[in-house]
Amino acid sequence: MLTILFDGIAYGMLLFVLACGLAVTLGLMNFVNLAHGAFAMAGGYVMAVMVNRLGVPFLLTLPFAFAVPALIGLVLERTLYQRLYTRNHLDQVLFSIGLVFMAVASVDYVMGSQEQLVQLPSWLKGRTEVLGIQVGIYRSFIIAVCSVLVIVLQLILTRTRFGSRLRAAVDDPRVARGLGINVSLIFATTFAFGSGLAGLGGALGAEILGLDPTFPLKFMIYFLIVVTVGGTTSITGPFVASLLLGVADVAGKYYVPSAGAFVIYTLMIVILVLRPQGLFARPR
Amino acid sequence: MASPPHALSSAQVSAALGRAARWNIPEILFWLVAVGAYFALPTRHLILNEIAILGLFAVSLDLILGYAGIVSLGHAAFFGLGAYTAGLLAKHGFGDPLLGLAAAAAMAAALGLVTSFLVLRGADLTKLMVTLGVALVLGEVANQMSWLTGGADGLQGVNMKPVLGLFEFDIFGSVAYAYSLAVTFVLVVVARRIVSSPFGLSLRSIRDNPLRARAIGIPVNRRLVAVYTLSAAYAGIAGALLAQTTQFVSLEVLAFHRSADVLLVLTIGGVGYLYGGLIGAVVFKVLQDFLSAITPQYWQFWIGVILVVMVLAGRERMTEKARDLVRRVTGRGRPTSGAAPAAGGH
Repeated sequence: MLTILFDGIAYGMLLFVLACGLAVTLGLMNFVNLAHGAFAMAGGYVMAVMVNRLGVPFLLTLPFAFAVPALIGLVLERTLYQRLYTRNHLDQVLFSIGLVFMAVASVDYVMGSQEQLVQLPSWLKGRTEVLGIQVGIYRSFIIAVCSVLVIVLQLILTRTRFGSRLRAAVDDPRVARGLGINVSLIFATTFAFGSGLAGLGGALGAEILGLDPTFPLKFMIYFLIVVTVGGTTSITGPFVASLLLGVADVAGKYYVPSAGAFVIYTLMIVILVLRPQGLFARPR
Repeated sequence: MASPPHALSSAQVSAALGRAARWNIPEILFWLVAVGAYFALPTRHLILNEIAILGLFAVSLDLILGYAGIVSLGHAAFFGLGAYTAGLLAKHGFGDPLLGLAAAAAMAAALGLVTSFLVLRGADLTKLMVTLGVALVLGEVANQMSWLTGGADGLQGVNMKPVLGLFEFDIFGSVAYAYSLAVTFVLVVVARRIVSSPFGLSLRSIRDNPLRARAIGIPVNRRLVAVYTLSAAYAGIAGALLAQTTQFVSLEVLAFHRSADVLLVLTIGGVGYLYGGLIGAVVFKVLQDFLSAITPQYWQFWIGVILVVMVLAGRERMTEKARDLVRRVTGRGRPTSGAAPAAGGH
C-alpha cells in the first residue's frame, strides 16, 4: 500500500519535471505545444546513446540530457515557434503535431523502432527497506532529484528578477516591453529551459516510462492532463496535479488492472467539465 | 421607429441565401470528375473508396470546425463508434448496408449529443482535451470489451449483404467506391443545404463572435449542440462506410492519429466551405500513396514537414489564393458564401 503510494509519488514527480516546461508555454504563454514530448524523447535518447554506445556513466549524461534538448528548443523557438505565438490555436496544434510526426519518424529512422534499454549503475538498482516500507532505490533517487528541481524552480519563479520579469511578460507582453523588458529573450530562455527540463525528465524516466520513438504521442496526453487539470496560473497547480495523476495511475494499474487508463481519462473529463479552468485556478 | 437604411428585407435575405446556395461550375465539375474516376481508373477503386470515406469524415469535421469553430482532437470517437456499430450489426446477421448506415448515424449522433454538453464549456484547450479524452476513453472501452469488439485482433466475420439487394461488394472495390461516393454525395448535398440555411448563418456568427451572437438573440448553446450532433452522425456514417466496404474493423479506427489525420486533411483543403475536406482527402491520399511508395516506413515524416510548412506559410492565405484562382478561371464575382475567415477560436 505505502509502496504504491511511494511509486506513485516518484511517477508523479517525474511527470512534473517532464511537464513543467509545458506548464509555462501552454499555461502561461498560452501556446498549445503538443510537441513537448519530443523534447523529452530527445533527452532520453541522448542519455541512452551516451550510456550504451559511449559508455559514459549515467549521472554524467544527465547534464547533456538537459543541454541538448534545451539547445534544440532554443533553435526551434527562435526560428519557428516565435512566429506562432500570436496565431490561433488550430495553427499551433497543426504545427506542433507536424513536429511530433517528424520527430517520431526521424528517431525511428536513426535509432530504430525498438525500445531502448538502459543499464542503470548498480548502486541505483534494487530495493531497500525504510521504516518498514519497500522502496526502490532508483525511485528514491528520482524523488530526490525532482524535489530539488521543484524547489529551485519555485524559487526562480517567485524570488528572482528573471522570475518576476517572466511573470510580467506573460501577463501583458506589451506593457512589459514598454517597461524595457526584453520579452522575446525571456520567452526564448524560458522555452529552452522548459525543453531542457523535459529532456532531463525523459532521461530520468527512460527506465520507468520506457523509451521508443512513439514516446511523444504516448505521453502527450499525460502532459496535457497535468497542465489542464492543474490549472495554469502557477506551478503549484501542475505539481499537485502530477502527484495526483502519478498516484492515481499507479494505484489504478495495481488495483484495477482491467480498467487500464480508463480511470484517468474519465477523471480528467469530469474535472474539466466541472472546472474548465483547472483544479486550482480561479476562473478568469 | 424607422428601420436603418442598410437593413435588409426578409425577401432580400432569402434571395441572398438562395444565391449563396446555388450550385456553381467548379462544384459540378468536382462531382463529374469523381464519377469519371470510376471509369477512368478501374484499377484504383480501393483507394478511391478510401478517399471518398476520408472526404466524408473531413466534411463532418468541417461542420464543427469550419462552421462552428470547435477545435476537436477526438473526432475519431464518432468515426470508430459508427464503424463498430455497422460492423457488429453485419456480423450478427443484419448485413443490409443502408440499415447499418442508419444505425451507425444514430449511435454516433447519440454519443455526439451526450458529449456536446462537455464541449460547450471552457476555452479551446479544454475543448481539445475533452474531445481527445472522449476518444481515448472510447478506445480504451473497445480494447477492454474484446468479447464484443475482438479487441486488438479486430472485428472479423463482417458479412455484408448486397447494396439495395442488387450490388454485391466485390474484391476490386468497384461497388464499394460507387456506394461510398453516392453516400458522400448525398450527405454533402444535405450539408451544403444546411450550412447555407439561416441555421448555418447563425453558426458562422457564433464562430466569429459568440458574445455578439448571443446578444442578437441566437441560442448559442442549442445551435452548438445541434451541429455537434449532426457532425457526429456524419462521422459515424463515414466510419460505417469503412467497416462495410472493408468488412473489417480494428481498434485503429479510434486511434489518435485518425483524429490528427482528419484535421490535417481538412487543413490541406481549407476550412469552412465543405469541399475543403473532399479536396484535402484527395491530396492527402495521393500524397500518402506516393510517399509510402518511396519510404514505406517514414512517410509520416513528410506529412509532418507539410504540416509545418503549411502553417508557417499561412494556410488561410494559401486557400484564399487557391479560391481566387478558381474565381478568376470561372470568371465569377466574389461569391457571398465563400471567403470564410480563420476557424479556430480565440
